[in-house]
Amino acid sequence: MAILVDDNTRLLIQGITGREGQFHGGQMKAYGTKVVAGVTPGKGGQTTLEDVPVFNTVREAVLATACNTSIIYVPAPFAADAALEAMEAGIKTVIIITEGVPTLEMMTVYHEARRLGVNLVGPNCPGVITPGKAKCGIMPGHIHKPGRVGVISRSGTLTYEIVWELTRAGIGQSSCVGIGGDPIVGTTHLDALKLFNADPETDLVILIGEIGGNNEELAAEWAKANMKKPVIGFIAGLTAPPGKRMGHAGAIISGGAGTAQEKLRVLNDCGIKTAERPDQVPGMVKLALGLA
Amino acid sequence: MKIHEYQAKELLAKFGVPTPKGKVATTVDEAVKIAQDLMCWPLVVKAQVHAGGRGKAGGVKVVKDMEALKAAAEFILNLTIKGIKVRKVLVEPGVDIKKEIYLGVILDRATQRPVVMACAEGGVEIEELAVTNPDAILKLGLPPTYGFRPHHTREIASFLGIPATALKSFNAICNGLIQSFYAVDASLAEINPLAILGNGEALACDAKFNFDENALYKHPDVEALRDDGEEEPLEVVAREKKLNYVKLEGQIGCIVNGAGLAMGTMDIVKHFGGEPANFLDIGGGAKAEQVADALQLITSDKAVNTIFFNIFGGIVRCDLVAQGILDALQKLPDFNVPIVIRLSGTNEEKARAMLQGTALTIAATMAEGAQKAVAISKR
Repeated sequence: MAILVDDNTRLLIQGITGREGQFHGGQMKAYGTKVVAGVTPGKGGQTTLEDVPVFNTVREAVLATACNTSIIYVPAPFAADAALEAMEAGIKTVIIITEGVPTLEMMTVYHEARRLGVNLVGPNCPGVITPGKAKCGIMPGHIHKPGRVGVISRSGTLTYEIVWELTRAGIGQSSCVGIGGDPIVGTTHLDALKLFNADPETDLVILIGEIGGNNEELAAEWAKANMKKPVIGFIAGLTAPPGKRMGHAGAIISGGAGTAQEKLRVLNDCGIKTAERPDQVPGMVKLALGLA
Repeated sequence: MKIHEYQAKELLAKFGVPTPKGKVATTVDEAVKIAQDLMCWPLVVKAQVHAGGRGKAGGVKVVKDMEALKAAAEFILNLTIKGIKVRKVLVEPGVDIKKEIYLGVILDRATQRPVVMACAEGGVEIEELAVTNPDAILKLGLPPTYGFRPHHTREIASFLGIPATALKSFNAICNGLIQSFYAVDASLAEINPLAILGNGEALACDAKFNFDENALYKHPDVEALRDDGEEEPLEVVAREKKLNYVKLEGQIGCIVNGAGLAMGTMDIVKHFGGEPANFLDIGGGAKAEQVADALQLITSDKAVNTIFFNIFGGIVRCDLVAQGILDALQKLPDFNVPIVIRLSGTNEEKARAMLQGTALTIAATMAEGAQKAVAISKR
């Protein structure tokens, strides 16, 4: 079970012959993910990463390999179209790793995914991992450990930091979802929280947020009324100045809205305990699960 | 990316939006020349600067004759507003404003679509009004499927109570603003105030654009409007070096891989009583050249007295990052700012062994690194 990806995942890599596709394709395969196909227009008929067939189009890949999940590494100007191609071909889980996708194009992809019932993750994200079963992303697999804590985050290395702390404390993860740092992302904190709430293999969720937008607040308000499992929060960017983009396209305090202080206030008001530092998270998890 | 008011108005004019016929000047003499060409009084002289609050700072003056114009241009061109020196003024005809309106379009993250915001009370801060009197603002989401259509303009005009005399010019402004928003991939396009004049016409009196940086590659003409002279000099250098850098006011320079962790690092420095000097994400690779660029950039901020490297080695091994840092320091023989370094993740023990015996202070965890950096910074 877990969420979004597991051992039933049959992965297609769009952009498989590019530098990122090759490197991370190899890493995902080495982790044990079933990488069954790749797409690079004009390179159909080749084989790469030892035994993975390359196709010119997603439709051909779906017909030949029954791939059911796609991960996108193609350059930003072509990434939105790659996602639309995957969705049109019937793929129901699409993960966009690419950073720098124009926001208006993502708007179209976002609404099309909702209409078609596609689980869209990203863009500008580290992907999704279900430890021990499938790694669909760019995260280092070996820092994870199978277990029953779900992790949701907008960022890459901050998530790895917290996951590494968990793993070293002996706390395993059911799935870790990197939802991405852009203003418009396919899966929001709220969407991922709902998936974890319904997942019998998850006992607790760690919600990692940062400045910009009100995604974390919406998730917290929903959790207050609906969440059956404990949630622990961490918000980055208490020291971020207003009006400046902090690396991620979506990490910006605009018009006084989207501050870390406000997010922490809402999370706390909704009964979500928040950590002041990443290294406090494992202790809080143990306490919440009665392990301490 | 921000642009100036005069650039925003030129952009809107291309989309058929009526604006005052002004020109921009960098000297008093140029301002005089523009006034002579315009041949009308009163004129308005407006500071062109990437900072808010220019009105309160005396950056906008209405003048009725040439002597007053010279004095105003001289005064404004010597102003510094919120730390930014004013280098340009816009000189344009003063207009007879009967009513001020706010009209803007933003890319709304919460509803994943462009939203038009309109308010019959213009000239105010829309964010403030949204809190104090939200019912006074029309928020009209533009459907992601078919976008902006003529009936939207009619709905907006009706909400605002636009008089019949102004409908034709209002429609031109509304259509032009929203079409330009889509055409240049803006994240914000606003006219404030949109004025209804004594002669019954509508006119865009001030305008502002922000752009989606992800889409700038499609718009070299927009990129060309970037005014580096208005930005923090170190941030301009950082952009040229392709480093993600934001200057802050503290003393502890932070070098981190990944944006989220970089924010978390600033926060933990503050948590332990220090002040971060910057946000800096050097990306996943942390190669010697990038590290050297980052060290040079950070230490050209003279307030920096300590550097805190916080690196999580995931796919990239910690020993490779350590080697990158050692190579970078060899390229900078005169470097003398104390460095605290924390490397965690893949091959961290090997990395720490490599750094033993160097002048670097090694920390095992992010919290320990932050505490050590704060202690050194306060010495």
